[in-house]
Amino acid sequence: MAAEASAIDPMAQFHIDPVIGSGWSVFGHNIAFTNSAAFMVIVLAVLWVFMLGGMRRQLVPGRWQVAVESMTSFVANMIDANIGPKGKHFTPYVFSLFMFILLANFIGLFPLAIIPGLHAFTVTSHITVTGVLAVMSFSIVLIVGFAKHGIKFFSLFAPHGTPWYLLILIFPIELVSFLVRPFSLGLRLFVAMTAGHILLDVFASFIIQGLNAHNAIGPVVSILSFAMVIAVSALELLIAAIQAYVFALLTSLYLNDAINLH
Amino acid sequence: MDLASAKFIGAGLAAIGVGLAALGVGNVFGSFLEGALRNPGAADGQQGRLFIGFAAAELLGLIAFVVAILILFVVKG
Repeated sequence: MAAEASAIDPMAQFHIDPVIGSGWSVFGHNIAFTNSAAFMVIVLAVLWVFMLGGMRRQLVPGRWQVAVESMTSFVANMIDANIGPKGKHFTPYVFSLFMFILLANFIGLFPLAIIPGLHAFTVTSHITVTGVLAVMSFSIVLIVGFAKHGIKFFSLFAPHGTPWYLLILIFPIELVSFLVRPFSLGLRLFVAMTAGHILLDVFASFIIQGLNAHNAIGPVVSILSFAMVIAVSALELLIAAIQAYVFALLTSLYLNDAINLH
Repeated sequence: MDLASAKFIGAGLAAIGVGLAALGVGNVFGSFLEGALRNPGAADGQQGRLFIGFAAAELLGLIAFVVAILILFVVKG
């Protein structure tokens, strides 16, 4: 049983391998074009084609244009509901963020492994990618907040009408919970994607091990695991969409904190 | 107790925290559904806050998962 347990390696799907240029290096750092970069290019290409198909500006929109317009109006409504009219400047950024994370999550679930030797790589399953996205959102929040309000930005951590003895306690607590925001934003997306893919990998390996077991209970385990893979895949599609929406929604809320201080 | 056994026990205890977060997430959605069944017209307007509550409850569960991973794979020994 121990030998079979070591044969399950659910973390192998997250390996970053060079696609071309494994020898390229700049000042001792390897800058090969990796599978992570390749899938980011794929996400970019899919998003570009999607947006191009919807920009034909037909007066009576066809289905593709309706799909693109539903996405843009979804993000525009979210920003309007959470920030108000001053948030319109940030719609392109939040839309790009939302579409990139959504497509990266979905493309990671694509069954590319039907072709032997290939497997779909989830770009957002690495903290390096999600951390950078979270730091970008948080930096925009800080820059906008300090540019608009200057030193008064710190009044965000001191709610109106609190007496001074509570303020000494509340200000550090509010400050810490504000500074945790980029970590929580990046961590949430990263762990959701990684845990989901590990779950799928473990159930899929149960199918193979059940078929290889050569005893009576093996095929039963395989069939049950197959049903679980279908159910967990459906759940992962839902989680992919929800996590993209939550990332964009929280970015809008943090921008609202920076723009309309209270 | 050697370090390897302690690591596994620690990771198992941290996974209990993930199960508790599942209770929290179910609470958020359950309360929303209960309110939505009483007042269906007001349900769509509150959908944004539903997902904010879900994200907050889920995050704490994911932090428990990260603690388990840290204990298993990052502690030296």
